Amino acid sequence: MSEQTFTLDGQEIPFATGQSVMQAALSAGVFIPHLCYHPEFRPHGSCKLCTVKINGRPATSCTTPAAAGLEVESDTQEILDKRRTLLQMLLVEGNHFCPSCEKSGHCKLQALGYELGVMTPHFNHFYPDRPVDASHPDVLLDFNRCILCELCIRASAEVDGKNVFALAGRGIGKHLIVNAESGKLGDTDFALTDKAAQVCPVGVILAKRQGFAVPIGQRRFDAAPISAHVDEFRPVAPQAGGKP
Amino acid sequence: MTEPTSEKLGIILDRHRRDGTRLMQILRETQEALGWLSPPTLTAIAQGIGWPRAKVEGTAGFYSFFHTRPMGEYRVLWSDNITDRMLGSLDLMQAMCQKLWLEPGRVSEDGLVSVDTTSCTGMCDQGPAVLVNYRAIPRMTLARVEQMVELIRTRTPLAEWPQAWFVVEDNIRRADILLGNDMLPGDALKVCLARGADQPTMETASNERSFREAIHTGDAGPGATLDEIKRSGLRGRGGAGFTTGLKWEACRNARGDSRYVICNADEGEPGTFKDRVLLTRQPNLVFEGMTVAAYAIGASKGYLYLRGEYRYLLEPLESVLATRRRAGLLGRNMLGTPGFDFDIEIHLGAGAYICGEESALIESLEGKRGVPRNRPPYPVTNGFLNQPTVVNNVETFAAAALVALNGGDWYRRIGTPRSAGTKILSISGDCERPGLYEYPFGVTVRQVLADCGAHDSQAVQISGPSGICIGPDEFDRRIAFEDIPTAGAFMIFDMRRDIFDVVRNFIHFFAHESCGFCTPCRVGTTLLKNLMDKIAAGHGTRYDINEIYNLNRVLQSAAHCGLGHTAGNPLVHTLEKFRPAYERRLTSLEFEPAFDLDAALSEARQMTGRDDAAAHLATEPEASR
Amino acid sequence: MTAARKVRIATASLAGCFGCHMSLLDIDERLLDLLRLVEFDRTPLTDIKTLGTRGPCDIGLIEGGVCNAENVHVLREFRAHCKILVAMGACAVNGGLPAQRNHLDLRDILSEVYHTEAGLAHGGIPNDPELPLPLNEVHPIHEVVKVDYFLPGCPPSADAIWKFLTDLLAGRTPHLPHGLIHYD
Repeated sequence: MSEQTFTLDGQEIPFATGQSVMQAALSAGVFIPHLCYHPEFRPHGSCKLCTVKINGRPATSCTTPAAAGLEVESDTQEILDKRRTLLQMLLVEGNHFCPSCEKSGHCKLQALGYELGVMTPHFNHFYPDRPVDASHPDVLLDFNRCILCELCIRASAEVDGKNVFALAGRGIGKHLIVNAESGKLGDTDFALTDKAAQVCPVGVILAKRQGFAVPIGQRRFDAAPISAHVDEFRPVAPQAGGKP
Repeated sequence: MTEPTSEKLGIILDRHRRDGTRLMQILRETQEALGWLSPPTLTAIAQGIGWPRAKVEGTAGFYSFFHTRPMGEYRVLWSDNITDRMLGSLDLMQAMCQKLWLEPGRVSEDGLVSVDTTSCTGMCDQGPAVLVNYRAIPRMTLARVEQMVELIRTRTPLAEWPQAWFVVEDNIRRADILLGNDMLPGDALKVCLARGADQPTMETASNERSFREAIHTGDAGPGATLDEIKRSGLRGRGGAGFTTGLKWEACRNARGDSRYVICNADEGEPGTFKDRVLLTRQPNLVFEGMTVAAYAIGASKGYLYLRGEYRYLLEPLESVLATRRRAGLLGRNMLGTPGFDFDIEIHLGAGAYICGEESALIESLEGKRGVPRNRPPYPVTNGFLNQPTVVNNVETFAAAALVALNGGDWYRRIGTPRSAGTKILSISGDCERPGLYEYPFGVTVRQVLADCGAHDSQAVQISGPSGICIGPDEFDRRIAFEDIPTAGAFMIFDMRRDIFDVVRNFIHFFAHESCGFCTPCRVGTTLLKNLMDKIAAGHGTRYDINEIYNLNRVLQSAAHCGLGHTAGNPLVHTLEKFRPAYERRLTSLEFEPAFDLDAALSEARQMTGRDDAAAHLATEPEASR
Repeated sequence: MTAARKVRIATASLAGCFGCHMSLLDIDERLLDLLRLVEFDRTPLTDIKTLGTRGPCDIGLIEGGVCNAENVHVLREFRAHCKILVAMGACAVNGGLPAQRNHLDLRDILSEVYHTEAGLAHGGIPNDPELPLPLNEVHPIHEVVKVDYFLPGCPPSADAIWKFLTDLLAGRTPHLPHGLIHYD
């Protein structure tokens, strides 16, 4: 079978049937910024960081199926500007104080800010009031940094089979909740070993007593920008339990 | 949970077969029975339907009409469309709050009552309107406010309130084939079946596949019916204008275990109220259209998704369905035709505009948060319960019934070559005779304005906030898919009105109704709202106008669904056509903070008791550049 | 060298910790290179108290967010007299540590600190007119005045400050490569 391809910023990208534009790009070693996408889970399409132009029309690359002959633009000034705006929206929506965050240096939101040269949150901050949940013996939940990517929700439902997390509220009031009448993580069956504890791209789900363990300079995104980590985001075979 | 409480809940759960996809109805009925959805209630419901508790809480928390904290024995919600405001809703609400010693949005100390606003309740031709415990009361006046406050104070049950208050007028001002229809129930279905008999070979049918699944072999009726729909040129009346015949055919051809017909009566676009009247005056036409669709695509189950604001229509509509069942127009072997099985169930929404988007509606119908799905796949192949599903607007089904009755060619002759048939306009705002006007497509805006008695019109907002705003130099444009497409809203603003106030109201609406799924819409609509509030407060600058354009570009290109794509429309249209409405509010061409700096010292002044000069900040910078 | 006047720079720390100023000093011997190109106007380094008396200023570097009335006055003075205004460091950029009080009501904070907290002599909330009143919320400086450039970091490293300033002085749009942009 001859190889099917589309072009991404002029570069030929091969793809396998069933792959999204994003998966094909990442497989080919081309990074497209993303937050809610994770190679082990079904595409979600909510963060919109991966917005590209396909045949001249804006599209979410993680949910658009790859097809032969597509002309995809990603690394253009117009698209980069929009991605910066989306990051700035996330930065003002929550309380993102990197100096006091244990995830600093490992955080994908922060790393994308560096990657795209976001020097300011630009908008006026919302400074929402989001109390932390320290009720669990091993895990701290700091909702201040939640970007609502739903990865923990998906991981807990599809891999752990626990449904520890869900969303409540609507619009700007949308927020992460846990599966307990008390609303406290300590009253759920969540465990540090859960897949859901491993997938947070930002600093919401944190293992207790392990903060700031890696010195500055040796953290995940200190040495090389997130785009140089493209290998980590290559598609993998679907997880057991993950539905098609 | 007390014994009687859990007993009531058990009855509700059993009535819905403890089926999680019926969660919306379970939550609504539970709230109607218990007053609110307390944490233990949600836990019990989750256990009852076998869902994770958090998922149940997630659904309950999504919809404006579900509350997970007590909102008072009486919850008064003032419709907050701009047309209600133009009729004085804000003053009346304030008067009500004063009489009740209440702040909007807060429950009274004694837990008796809360007063707040809600998105347009579809009573724009008879506002200002309220919902009291989700029952519609139009035509509010100061006298009614005073009476109502007394009834609330004396804890008088709603059933004992003056019945005249609850009367909703139809206000049909111009009727055509839909509103003037006098078809007898079943007539269109009989023609469908007869049409099958006329066409003995299946080759003439546009498709010979799916009807086999529901209809006995050899019946060409469904294909023939679909042909008539296609021949009619009927396009969806919900706004997008997708060709109905193609949608039905795609659904009919899709692989699936069963098929569904869904009528979208989640009429949430502010300024739209035609479906309310169609469902009041022509429910049989709508149900007949749904049944025609079921016949054409081979569906045996249909749902009417009725917006929560129209809760009062539930019982009358149920009784129409019951009559149709008795007449053999619903149920098994309809009209004596073996295998022609179809029934309709009514599901109520709970205050979420986004559920008018068809995939969000389906999610809601499955008991989930009303979040639009990623597409493809589309509902015609993967809809309700992942099965092929047709979702059409109320008016589309009503028109489809007439097409089935009179034929596609008959219908196609009405309207314009590219826009067949008629369109019902919901007219409100500044005119002498607001109400429903049904016109053949192609009517000019000017003609409509003359017919409804509008004078000195400054602007018309067509198809609601997500539609378009036009000024007098465009009044010769036509209502048609090829010129101004519309879902039906037609709000008129005369020269007295401030267009900025209109747009600000719309932007608040979008921010309130954003589902929050995607970043650009969730945050962007709130940022737009904040910018409009900033300009309204007198802090606006040219910088903020640029910000509006930038945000609109991001919303248009990156948002997940139509809500986000169109949320900036009223801004862009009016910045183009009514720019002075903005400019006269700007304080400078440079930068201004969004907040009043002197007011930002208010708490510290209060705490320190200071009021000296240094305890204040001038609003203007001491020295400008 | 031509006789063109040196670029005039002013700096201030609002609701900050002076860490960004320390980082500026951390450019070490490059300070000497810098001083060949610039002269300092109002800054804690010169102890000049008011801006604009020596003519217009070219670049203003602001550390810290806006937490009280005095911060507003200083920031406005900088905006009025500086052609280019720079938010330097996390607090100026997004409010930083001081802004973490923003989800609390200021009245509760003052009560807690001056009335409730054990060990205080219940002397009441200080109300001397000499003291600047705190704002209800802490704001990043771009929420109060127009800001031309942003240099994030807590603090921005000396290398980042150097790169930023040399770009600016050379007439280039400042651009920080990977490793120099930091939010922490």
